[in-house]
Amino acid sequence: MDENVIEAINLTKKYGSFTALSKLNLNLSGSKCVGFLGPNGAGKTTTLKIFTDLIRPSSGQAMINGVNVQSNKKKALSDCSALIETPEIYPSMTVREALSLVAELRGVPRSERTSQIEEVVAEVKMSDWLDKNVGKFSKGMKQRVNIASTLIGNPSIILLDEPTSGLDPRGMAEVREIVKSLKKKDRLIFMSSHLLNEVADVCDEVAMIDHGKLLAYGPLEEITDKFSTVDDSAEAQFSRPIDESINSQISRIDNIVSVEKIDSRTVKIKYTGGLKSQEYILATLAGMQIGLVGFKSSSTRLEDTYLNLIKETL
Amino acid sequence: MIDMETMNVDINQEKKIPGSLDQLFIITKYELLNYFRSRRFLILLIIGLIIDLLLTGIIGYYRPQSFLSSSLSFYSGWVGNSITFIIILSAIFFGGDSISGEFQNKTGFFIASRPIRRSSIYTGKWIASFIASFLIIIIFLAITIANGVYYFGASVPYQLWDALAFSILYLAAVLGFAFFFSSLFKSSAYSIIVTVILFLFAFTLIQFIVSSLVGIEPWFIITYASGIISNIFTVPFPPHVVTTVTHLGHGRTLTTTTYNATISEGLIIMAGYFIISTLLGLFVFEKREFN
Ligand SMILES: Nc1ncnc2c1ncn2[C@@H]1O[C@H](COP(=O)(O)OP(=O)(O)OP(=O)(O)O)[C@@H](O)[C@H]1O
Ligand SMILES: [Mg+2]
Repeated sequence: MDENVIEAINLTKKYGSFTALSKLNLNLSGSKCVGFLGPNGAGKTTTLKIFTDLIRPSSGQAMINGVNVQSNKKKALSDCSALIETPEIYPSMTVREALSLVAELRGVPRSERTSQIEEVVAEVKMSDWLDKNVGKFSKGMKQRVNIASTLIGNPSIILLDEPTSGLDPRGMAEVREIVKSLKKKDRLIFMSSHLLNEVADVCDEVAMIDHGKLLAYGPLEEITDKFSTVDDSAEAQFSRPIDESINSQISRIDNIVSVEKIDSRTVKIKYTGGLKSQEYILATLAGMQIGLVGFKSSSTRLEDTYLNLIKETL
Repeated sequence: MIDMETMNVDINQEKKIPGSLDQLFIITKYELLNYFRSRRFLILLIIGLIIDLLLTGIIGYYRPQSFLSSSLSFYSGWVGNSITFIIILSAIFFGGDSISGEFQNKTGFFIASRPIRRSSIYTGKWIASFIASFLIIIIFLAITIANGVYYFGASVPYQLWDALAFSILYLAAVLGFAFFFSSLFKSSAYSIIVTVILFLFAFTLIQFIVSSLVGIEPWFIITYASGIISNIFTVPFPPHVVTTVTHLGHGRTLTTTTYNATISEGLIIMAGYFIISTLLGLFVFEKREFN
């Protein structure tokens, strides 16, 4: 089985004397979502633009499934789609027409075009606007159409540059669901984002970049274990008030560091051991029959990792 | 939801992206759709029709001898004077910001990041501009011929078809130029203004200066070549070099030289402009970065 592979080899981009991207080496493969994190101006968009041949590297290579994007763009992108920043669509075209253009360019057979367009538009909740001109759409609506366009032709690799930018909270949640469903289906997604909870929610791996240099890359857990100095934490909500005895019962669960009451029915739990112990704690809490109704892990560790790493380079 | 089950089956099959030529025509199709939708085509059509209607009205009312003395002078007066103007307007309307607009409005990002060669995008758009302009010219000529048939009957002089053929080559050259400037600039306004200035003023001015004052044949100016479109109606075809000696009195004379491109010369110049500007424009577009 062919794997999906995105590979940057010594990728460098200079603007005059300014180096926007400096010898980036990155090899992403498999079916997963890789988060691309870094402050403004770090070089995220630059990287993704090179992978779609919108700009050319000063040196180094961008390879998709073993094909060099610069020398054979059409082949390299044949199974890859991308959403870079927020492209505009011809204002006098309808959503259907804009997506037909993409479908035709990608070679979606005529018989499947209509159904596929309707499916991807339904996925971004724009079905009611299918035959409306894009011109008067709000930024978020355009972004939804752009996201829909990346799904046309079912590409195995999807590059997303801040896909949820401009979207309302529901739109963001919907896009996260789309990304999650994609990665379950053998897709490789490389997604830049400033929203750490978004990355913690949907991404399996993270790559951190600053000043055009890669700072860290690896599975989310590994990276946070390595660079975070705080514990994992989660908020547990109960249908009944939590008394002292239950509180101390909770704090005796393995790997729990502290339990702090937020209000009568909510506690903040700090723990170690990452996802594995989170799973164990949740199961144990549920098994205790103390009225657990909610459990929400917070992304403080990723945030802490981010702040530690980014601070280090300043 | 996308049909994930079937997707899993064919996920590792080679995704069949259409050939570059097919993609080129897909771009042409949607570009034409865009012209019709965005009313660009309509506006230019109306301009063409207004010129047609004005000429129809003026000739019908005043019956000018210069138009009605023969069918040749009729077509010469009608087509010879306005067709190059319509060609230039078409190139400005359809080609002037064709590429620069893609950068300025960020619409280029929507297509350029897909699996398609840039040359397919460029050429596809070029052909769409050409087809749209050609339609305008044909509609303009249809009304011209309707008038001509009214005054002179169905026999249309062959010079009109020659002029049409020359016009098509001229259109290709002007569009090539407009596209070149359009890929050179990032602002639609700049690329349009440069095209307008060059074709409506600068070229004719340089042509005049070079030929009349300096006395060199302006073979490198495209508007010079386009002279064959109106000269074809003159029988016999105007001489290549016309020297006029004006006596200023006191024994002093002023010699001015006017050049007329021969037909083969005109065709070669136009073809040269077309080929060189198209290749240059394509080259620039290939190198451009989407920032
Ligand atoms: N055309 C250009 N000319 C000069 N410098 C540029 C150009 N494009 C980008 N840069 C610089 O390259 C650097 C990286 O920019 P890039 O857009 O990749 O950042 P980013 O990580 O996407 O940031 P953000 O989070 O703000 O989107 C920035 O410092 C930017 O100023
Ligand atoms: Mg960016």
